[in-house]
Amino acid sequence: MASGYNAKEEDGHRAGAAGPGESASRSRKPDNTAFKQQRLPAWQPILTAGTVLPAFFIIGLIFIPIGIGLYVTSNNIREFEIDYTGTDPSSPCYNCSQTYSWNSTTLCTCTLTFSLNQPFEGNVFMYYGLSNFYQNHRRYVKSRDDSQLNGDLSSLKSPSKECEPYHTNEKPIAPCGAIANSMFNDTLELFYIDPNETRTPIPLMKKGIAWWTDKHVKFRNPGGSNANLTAVFQGTTKPVNWRKPVYELDSDPENNGFINEDLIVWMRTAALPTFRKLYRIIQKKNNMTPTLPRGNYTLEVTYNYPVHSFEGRKRMILSTISWMGGKNPFLGIAYMTVGSICFVLGVVLLFIHHKYGNRNNSSDIPS
Amino acid sequence: MDFSTIRNLISRYCAGEENWVDSRTVYIGHKVPPPGTEAYIPQRYPDNRIVSSKYTFWNFIPKNLFEQFRRIANFYFLIIFLVQLIIDTPTSPITSGLPLFFVITVTAIKQGYEDWLRHKADNAINQCPVHVVQHGKVVRKQSRKLQVGDVVLVKEDETFPCDLILLSTSRDDGTCFVTTASLDGESSHKTYYAVQDTKAFNTEEEVDTIQATIECEQPQPDLYKFVGRINIYLDRDEPIARPLGSENLLLRGATLKNTEYIYAVAIYTGMETKMALNYQSKSQKRSAVEKSMNAYLIVYLCILISKALINTVFKYVWQADPNRDEPWYNQKTETERQRHILIRAFTDFLAFMVLFNYIIPVSMYVTVEMQKFLGSYFISWDDEMFDEELGEGALVNTSDLNEELGQVEYVFTDKTGTLTENNMEFIECCVDGHVYVPHAICNGQIMSGASSIDMIDSSPSAEGKEHEELFFRALCLCHTVQVKEEETVDGIKRGIHQGKATSFYISSSPDEVALVEGMKRLGFTYLRLKDNHMEILNREDEIERFELLEVLNFDSVRRRMSVIVRSNSGELYLFCKGADSSIFPRVISGKVDQVRARVEHNAVEGLRTLCVAYKRLSREEYEQVCHLLSSAKLALQDRDKKLAEAYDVIERDFILLGATAVEDRLQDKAADTIESLHKAGMKVWVLTGDKMETAAATCYASKLFRRNTQILELTTKRTEEQSLHDVLFDLSRTVLRQHGSMTRDTFSGLSSDFQDYGLIIDGATLSAVMKPAQEGSGTGGNYKEIFLEICRNCSAVLCCRMAPLQKAQIVKLIKASKEHPITLAIGDGANDVSMILEAHVGIGIMGKEGRQAARNSDYAIPKFKHLKKMLLVHGHYYYIRISELVQYFFYKNVCFIFPQFLYQFFCGFSQQPLYDTAYLTLYNISFTSLPILLYSLIEQHINMDILKRDPSLYRDIAKNSLLQWPIFVYWTFLGVFDAVVFFFGAFFLFDNTTFTSNGQLMATNTQMMFGNWTFGTLVFTVLVFTVTLKLALDTHYWTWINHFVIWGSLLFYVIFSLLWGGIIWPFLNYQRMYYVFMQMLASGPAWLSIILLIMVSLLPDVVKKVLCRALWPTTTERIQNADKLYKGHLSEFTPLSSLHAPPVHGRGHNEGQNHTHRRTNWCCLCANLFLRNTP
Repeated sequence: MASGYNAKEEDGHRAGAAGPGESASRSRKPDNTAFKQQRLPAWQPILTAGTVLPAFFIIGLIFIPIGIGLYVTSNNIREFEIDYTGTDPSSPCYNCSQTYSWNSTTLCTCTLTFSLNQPFEGNVFMYYGLSNFYQNHRRYVKSRDDSQLNGDLSSLKSPSKECEPYHTNEKPIAPCGAIANSMFNDTLELFYIDPNETRTPIPLMKKGIAWWTDKHVKFRNPGGSNANLTAVFQGTTKPVNWRKPVYELDSDPENNGFINEDLIVWMRTAALPTFRKLYRIIQKKNNMTPTLPRGNYTLEVTYNYPVHSFEGRKRMILSTISWMGGKNPFLGIAYMTVGSICFVLGVVLLFIHHKYGNRNNSSDIPS
Repeated sequence: MDFSTIRNLISRYCAGEENWVDSRTVYIGHKVPPPGTEAYIPQRYPDNRIVSSKYTFWNFIPKNLFEQFRRIANFYFLIIFLVQLIIDTPTSPITSGLPLFFVITVTAIKQGYEDWLRHKADNAINQCPVHVVQHGKVVRKQSRKLQVGDVVLVKEDETFPCDLILLSTSRDDGTCFVTTASLDGESSHKTYYAVQDTKAFNTEEEVDTIQATIECEQPQPDLYKFVGRINIYLDRDEPIARPLGSENLLLRGATLKNTEYIYAVAIYTGMETKMALNYQSKSQKRSAVEKSMNAYLIVYLCILISKALINTVFKYVWQADPNRDEPWYNQKTETERQRHILIRAFTDFLAFMVLFNYIIPVSMYVTVEMQKFLGSYFISWDDEMFDEELGEGALVNTSDLNEELGQVEYVFTDKTGTLTENNMEFIECCVDGHVYVPHAICNGQIMSGASSIDMIDSSPSAEGKEHEELFFRALCLCHTVQVKEEETVDGIKRGIHQGKATSFYISSSPDEVALVEGMKRLGFTYLRLKDNHMEILNREDEIERFELLEVLNFDSVRRRMSVIVRSNSGELYLFCKGADSSIFPRVISGKVDQVRARVEHNAVEGLRTLCVAYKRLSREEYEQVCHLLSSAKLALQDRDKKLAEAYDVIERDFILLGATAVEDRLQDKAADTIESLHKAGMKVWVLTGDKMETAAATCYASKLFRRNTQILELTTKRTEEQSLHDVLFDLSRTVLRQHGSMTRDTFSGLSSDFQDYGLIIDGATLSAVMKPAQEGSGTGGNYKEIFLEICRNCSAVLCCRMAPLQKAQIVKLIKASKEHPITLAIGDGANDVSMILEAHVGIGIMGKEGRQAARNSDYAIPKFKHLKKMLLVHGHYYYIRISELVQYFFYKNVCFIFPQFLYQFFCGFSQQPLYDTAYLTLYNISFTSLPILLYSLIEQHINMDILKRDPSLYRDIAKNSLLQWPIFVYWTFLGVFDAVVFFFGAFFLFDNTTFTSNGQLMATNTQMMFGNWTFGTLVFTVLVFTVTLKLALDTHYWTWINHFVIWGSLLFYVIFSLLWGGIIWPFLNYQRMYYVFMQMLASGPAWLSIILLIMVSLLPDVVKKVLCRALWPTTTERIQNADKLYKGHLSEFTPLSSLHAPPVHGRGHNEGQNHTHRRTNWCCLCANLFLRNTP
C-alpha cells in the first residue's frame, strides 16, 4: 500500500482584514479550517495490484518458514494417548465400567499396560481426556458460585441460586453447583516396568497444574490460608456425588479445600465436548536420562468416574511440550498453506499487473 | 378543543344531510339584524388558534413512546428486552435494555425540544395583538381570541390574522394593496376592493354602525375561489345585497401594503382559514438508503428467526436421548423438568433469538442518526457555499436526507429567482429600428455622465424625433406603477426627481418597474399620479401632466395593456404595450419589420421584450370607447367576456412605436451548473409560471437546451390544431424512433452523437394530460404513460405557465413512474413550496421572495450554483459514506454472531454464549463503533476537486448502486466466511491439539489448558481486529482522525480486556474472565493463530478488490489510479474524460470508436497544455 502523503495545504486565504462593517456577516461565515472544509491532510492509499504485490510476497516469505518451523517443532513433540473407558469386553476396565455405581463403597481398579517406543525427554505432562462430555453446556457452565470459591463466608453458607439443583442438600453444599459436583475423580498412577519386570512407580507432581492466578487469587479457602478447614466448612455438606468433603481432598494444606488444584483445573470449563485437562506433571530428573525412557508401563486406574451412560470416553495422555505448547500440526500446516497461497496470488497479481495495470493507468494519459 | 366543537363535528358528520350547513352567515360586529328578516341559525366556529405542535404536556410521554416504538427497529429491541426480562436467557437484560433506553431517551428529548419550539411559535402567533372594533372603540385582543364576525383593524405592513372580508380602507376608492408572498409566492402587490356600500365607513365609530350580514360558503382550501354575499341594512328595511368574490377576501398570512389601514370582518378563523387548510403537514421524508436498510433488516430478521428455529429443532432432535438431555453431571431442577415441552421449546426459541439478536444492531440506528446529524454540519460549514452578499451559507433543515443528495435523477427547478436573479433590468429600447441603450451601467451604479442616452444608430429624423418622444411618454404613462415616497432615516423627504436610484416604484410586475426606471435613465421620469393626473418630468426638467382617463388592465389572454390619457393640449392618446404576438397583428403603420427584427434578436438573447404602440383618438372615438367600456363594466352577466370584446374593439389600428428589452439576468454560473447536472446524468426540468418564450430563452441561455436540441412542443397552440391524442402519439413516435436506433450509450455522457430532445409543455396542456380517463375515449387514461415515456427520453423539459400545485403534480407524477426515480426540487418562492415538499429532496434558495421556500425545504442554499457542490460533492460523499456504513454494520454483526451460532452445535444447543457479557454489550457500542462513525463522516474516496470537475462520476453511484442486493450478498457472505474462519480456526486449535498456555506467567515449567472463555476471547480478539482492519482497508482517506480512531479502538479493546480480566470486579457475581486475556496473550500459539486468522479473513476481500480494480475497473477506480499516478496533481490539467470506461458498443465498430475517442482526448490535452503555457 505504497503511496505518498497528499498533504494539501490548509487553504491559506482566510480573507484577512475584515472591515468593521462586515462584522455581522463575518460571524455567520463558516470557519475556513481544514477540518470544516473537509480538506484535512490525508494519506490516500489505494489497493492496486502493484501495491499489494510486494505485501503478498512478503507474507508468503514470512509465513512459509514459520509454518515449517511450527510443523517440525510439533512433530518433535512426543505424545502418547491411551483410552481406558472399558467399553470393549476385552478391555481391562470393562468390569469396572459395567458394575459401576455411585454408592458402592469398594473401589474398582483396573490396570492397563502400554509401551512407549520413544523416550520422552524434558518435563512430561499427564492429561486425562474426556469426550462427549458437555462441560460447555449453558446449564452446566453457570452452575457455580465464584464468590463461594473465593472464600466468601456468606456465600459459603448460602450459595448462589445458579447452583440449582446442586444448591443445598439439607445443608448448603460446598462447593456448590454442577461443575464441582461432577469433578473428575479417577485416580491414575503410572508405573515403569523394567526389563526385569520390576514395577517402579513414577513420581507424579500434583501441584503446579492450575493457573497461578486461579490458585492464588480466584480460589481461596474461607477463613484465610491457615484456618482449620474442618471447622470452617462446618455447617456445609459435600457435593452429592463426592466421596469425601472438600476439606479432605488432599493432605497437603496448600492443596486442600477450594485451592485443591485438581478442583481448580476441573472448574475451568472446557470449550468443546472433547477436551483434555492437565492431571499431573512428571518432572525431568536430569539431563542425562530421559524422563520416561522407552519401555513398558502400566497405568493403574481407580475407576470412579462413569461415562458409559452418555457414551463418553476417558483417555490418559502423556505429552512433552515445546516453546509453542503441545503437539499442534494444524497451526504449522495452516501457516504453510496460507503462505503458499499468498505466494501464488502474488505471482497471479504480478501477471495481471503487467497485462492490465498499464492499460488502466497510463495508456490513455500520454504525458 | 372544547366539548361543543366535538359535538359540532359529530353532528356534522354523523347526523346526516339535514344538519349539514353548506354556507355560513356572519353577523358583522355580532349585531343581530333587524328581526324578522331571516331565521337566525346559530353556528359555532373555532377560535382563531393555530396549532402546529404535535404533543401537549400531558400526552407527550405516551404519544411519543407510541410513535417511537412504531419504528420497526425500536419495537424489535423492546421485544428482545421484554423477552430477556421474562424468561431465563443467556444474556442479561441490561445488554439490550441500556442501549434501547439511551436511544429512546435521546430521541424523546430531541422531539420534545422541537415540539416545545413549535409551541412557542404557536403561542407567539396566537398571542400577538390584534385590533378589534368593539362598541365604536378599537380594542386590543390576542389573536387567538378573535372570533368570526369581529371587525378588525389592520394597519400597514401588518399581517392579516384570519380570513377577512374587506369593509373599508383608508383610501377613498376603497381599495387596498396586499402581498401574498407567504401564501402563493407572488410578491407583487395585489389590489383588493371593498364593497361600494361599505367603503365610506372608515373610522371605528362609523364601522361600528354598519348593520350587515355576510353569507358565504364554508371554508375550502382553494385560495382563489370565494363566493359570498353581503346584505347591508341601511335605513330602509330592505337590505342591499352585494356579491362578494375573492377580490374582497383578505387571506390570513397576506400582508397589507401601501395602505394606511383597513377595516375588515373576520369570516374564517383559526384552523379554518384558507392558509391553515392549505397547510400541508410536512410528511416525513425517508431516503432510499433507509428503505434499503429496512429491506436488509427484514432479511436479517428472517436469518435470525431461521437461525433460532434451526437451533431449536436441532436441540430437540439432539436431546431425544435422555442421557444427552440430562446427563448425570448436569441435572435439571425440578421446575424445569415439570415444564411442558411446548413451553420449553418456545422459551428455547426465544432464548436463541435473544442470543443472536445482536445481528440486528441497535447501535446501527444510533450511528446512522449521528452520522446524518453530524455529517450535515459539513454542508453548513462549507465555505464555498457561503454567499458573501447574503452573508449566509447553506442551511440544513433535515439531516435525514444527506445521502439522497447523491441519488438525484430528476431536478425540478423554478426559473425566476432560481435560475435567474429575479432582478429585472432595462437593457435597451428600440424606436422605429433605432436602438437606445441607457448609458453605461457599471455594477448596478449609474455612471455620472453628460449624455444620458447612448445611441447606437444615427440620430433620427424629425418624424423619428416625434416618435421617440411619444415612445418615452408612452412607457411613462402606460403602466400601473405606484410611487411610494418614503422618509429616509434623516427625516428628509426625498422624491424620485432628486435623481437617486430608489426603489420607490411599486408594481405588481417587476418588468414595469424596470421599464419606468429605464425611462428615468433615458430622461423621462414618472413622478406620481395625482388627482387622476400623471406627472412626468421630461428631459428639459419640465413637468408634463396627463389626465388618466381609462386603464385597460393587463390580462394574460390579451397579453397587453392600454391607457387612455389626455395631454395638456387636450389631445387624446391611447398607449398600448404588450407581447409582440399580440401587438403586431393590430398595427397598421410603423416600421414593423425593423422592430420585429430587433425583437426577435432580443428574444433569442433571452431578453423579455415588449412592444409599444399608440393611436390618437378623436373626441368622438373617445366617447365611443367610454360607452363601450362602461356598458361592459356594468354588465351583470359575462362581464369578463364583454370586457374582452370591448378591449378587442378598442385596441386596434395602432401605430407601432418600438420595443423594449428587459433582462432577467441568469444567476451566476447557472449554465455551468445545469451542464454539470446534465453530465452527471440528471434530468433537469424547469417549472415556471412564466410564459413560454421567456422561459425558453432562459433555458437556452442556461444551456438547458443546446443549439442542437430538438424542441418538442406540447402546448395549447399545437393542441388547438391537432387533438392532444395525436400530438402525444406524434411526439412519442419521434422520440422512440431515435431511441431505437440509438445505442445505449448514455453512460459515457460525453458523446453527443445522438439527438437530444427538449420538451416544452404548458400548464393547460399538462392538466389535460393529467386528467384521469376522459369520458368517451378509452385511451384517455394512457396519456400519462405516453407523456412519461416522452419525458423519459428528453434530456430537458420545460414546463411553463405552471400553477404552484401543478408543479407538485409533476413531481408526483415522476415520483410515481415505474422506476421510482429520486427527485429534487429547487425553488425560491412560496409558489415552489408545494413542489419542494413533494420531491424527495427539497432545496430552497434564500431568495428575494421571502424565506418561505427556504423554511419549508430540506436544505437551503444561497444560490443556484451551489447546487453543484451540494449534489456532486456532498451528495456523492454522503452516499458513499452511508452505504459503507450500512453494509459494514451488517457485515460486522454477521462476523460477530455467526461464530456464536456455530458454537451451538458444539455445546449441545444450550444457548451458551461464546463471548463474555461485557464483550457482547460493548462490541457494537465501543470496540467497533467509532471507526465506522468517523469513516462515515470523513471518508473521501476521490478528491473533492475531481468530483466537481468530472460530474459524470456521479453516475457511478446512481440508482442506489452501492446498496444493491448483489453487493449486500457479497458483504454477507464475506461476513459468514470470516465468521467461519474465526470459529473453525479456533476450533481446530482447541480440539485436537493441546492448545495450552503457560500458567505461571513468564516461566516455562507448566502447561495449562484453556477453557471455554478463552476460546471465546480468542475468537473475539480475532473478530475485533479483523473487522477494524477491514474498515482500514476500505478507507481511502486517512487523516489523523482515522489513524487515531482505528488504532485507538484496537488499543482500547486490548486495554479494556486487560483491565476487565485484571481484577476481580466486586460488583459481579462471576469471575469467569479473570486473567483469561492475559493467559491467552502469554501463549505463543495464540499470537500465531490470531495473526494467521486475521490474515486469512482479510485475504479474500483484498484479492477481490485488487482483481476487480485491475480487470473491471469502474470510472471511479480509474480516476483513483490516475490520481495516484500523478501524486494528487491530476486535478490540475488531466482530461478526466480520458479515464472513462470506453463505451461498450457492438463488437463491430468498437475499434474505430475507441480510436476517435482517444484522439479527442489528445486534442483536449493539447488544448489544456496550450492554455497552461500561455500567460
